[in-house]
Amino acid sequence: MKELRDKKVLQTLLQAVGHRISRFNRGRVRIMEVCGTHTMTIHRYGLKELLERAGVDMISGPGCPVCITPAAVHEAAINLVAGRRDLILATFGDMTRVPTRCGSLQTAIPAEGSMVKIVYSPQESLALAALHPDKDVVFFGAGFETTIPSIALAIKEAAAAGLKRYAVLCALWLIPPPLKAILESGEVKISGFLYPGHVSAIIGLEPYAFIPREFGLPGAVAGFEPGDILLGILNILDQLEKGNPEVGLEYKRVVSPRGNRLALKLMDEVLEVKDAVWRGLGLIPRSGLKPKGLFSDWDAEPRFGLKIEADSADLAGCLCGEVLRGLIPPPDCRLFGRKCAPETPQGPCMVSLEGACLVYYKYTLRTESVKARTKKRAKGNRP
Amino acid sequence: MCLGIPVKILSIDENNQGEVDYLGTRVKAGFMLLDTPKVGDWVIVHAGYAISRLDENEARETLSLLREIAESEGR
Repeated sequence: MKELRDKKVLQTLLQAVGHRISRFNRGRVRIMEVCGTHTMTIHRYGLKELLERAGVDMISGPGCPVCITPAAVHEAAINLVAGRRDLILATFGDMTRVPTRCGSLQTAIPAEGSMVKIVYSPQESLALAALHPDKDVVFFGAGFETTIPSIALAIKEAAAAGLKRYAVLCALWLIPPPLKAILESGEVKISGFLYPGHVSAIIGLEPYAFIPREFGLPGAVAGFEPGDILLGILNILDQLEKGNPEVGLEYKRVVSPRGNRLALKLMDEVLEVKDAVWRGLGLIPRSGLKPKGLFSDWDAEPRFGLKIEADSADLAGCLCGEVLRGLIPPPDCRLFGRKCAPETPQGPCMVSLEGACLVYYKYTLRTESVKARTKKRAKGNRP
Repeated sequence: MCLGIPVKILSIDENNQGEVDYLGTRVKAGFMLLDTPKVGDWVIVHAGYAISRLDENEARETLSLLREIAESEGR
């Protein structure tokens, strides 16, 4: 699908976006890209600026699981590995760098016989449990519906294998509830949503149906190539123009409208819905998952008597919460690019590869400094 | 985190796990979330599991949509 990165194709799609905007002449259109991986593509290919010129403002949403996991859960993980002997805390790489008031998993000093292990897949944490029967192995699993089935599978396999010293610290988040919370708060003006591609590969289209039905807003599922994103935006603009909001799908090569039946069945078998606290968004009803029934024996929270105080504070001055709600773009945070940079992150959005702050830092800051440099050079060349 | 990579299935064992070709590298993956996975299928792998199969016909549809847009934009 190299066409979806082809310069000419992208130029044509951008031209089509511009034509539609001027045709229905209703001012600027504001689209929230829900998914952090979309944020990455949009900035990496310079679409943010090109779309702005065409009349479309893209706003980053809450779609980064590392970022929306509140500080209290990260602190619970740190306290586990620092406070308990013979415990292996396994997690995805980004999770180890999130700063909290008690440091990060990378700066934490593990208790005797304990350690932090970075894994690429929940399956690897199971292998660690099999390899170290004399230790507790806790998988600190963060993810949306894309990742949740693989974590559910790990819990199910641990139960089947009778791995009694394996547990999962769940940071499992559902995508549709925060979209509702954002719309109900009315804080951000949004004309439509670009829905995440791989979350939708699991859940299908129906879970978003309340957005056109109750809020009258268009939206479309899109893939992750720059051309995919522009096709998604065109789909949304068409819906706006026709006054017929629905849940569009421009990622048919991967997403089936009904989602992934096997994955949904597995999630339903192993997990149940709970109310959950999101960073920046606060308590959202029925927005998280935890192991249910027999599988709750593999839930790290009751196993280790963890008390997760939801409202644990972020580092001073960090505005990740506002960024996640789409209230401000990262450069509006006073720490951005000064105290807060990829080497010295002050909040999770500067840590995660798809955190809005890191993405802005990598791509937008650079283009701005290039502009500044060329200006300077131009001035310098003047006689 | 929801990054998914299109890869081709190289082998499947009796536990429904196997290897995929990721840019020329053989990588392990689980196929439990797919209906009847087959060697040679293109799939999206995320966190060590194939979460979806790539549909060639739909990919062609997207290409023809691109052509349509190009024609209506006069390019």
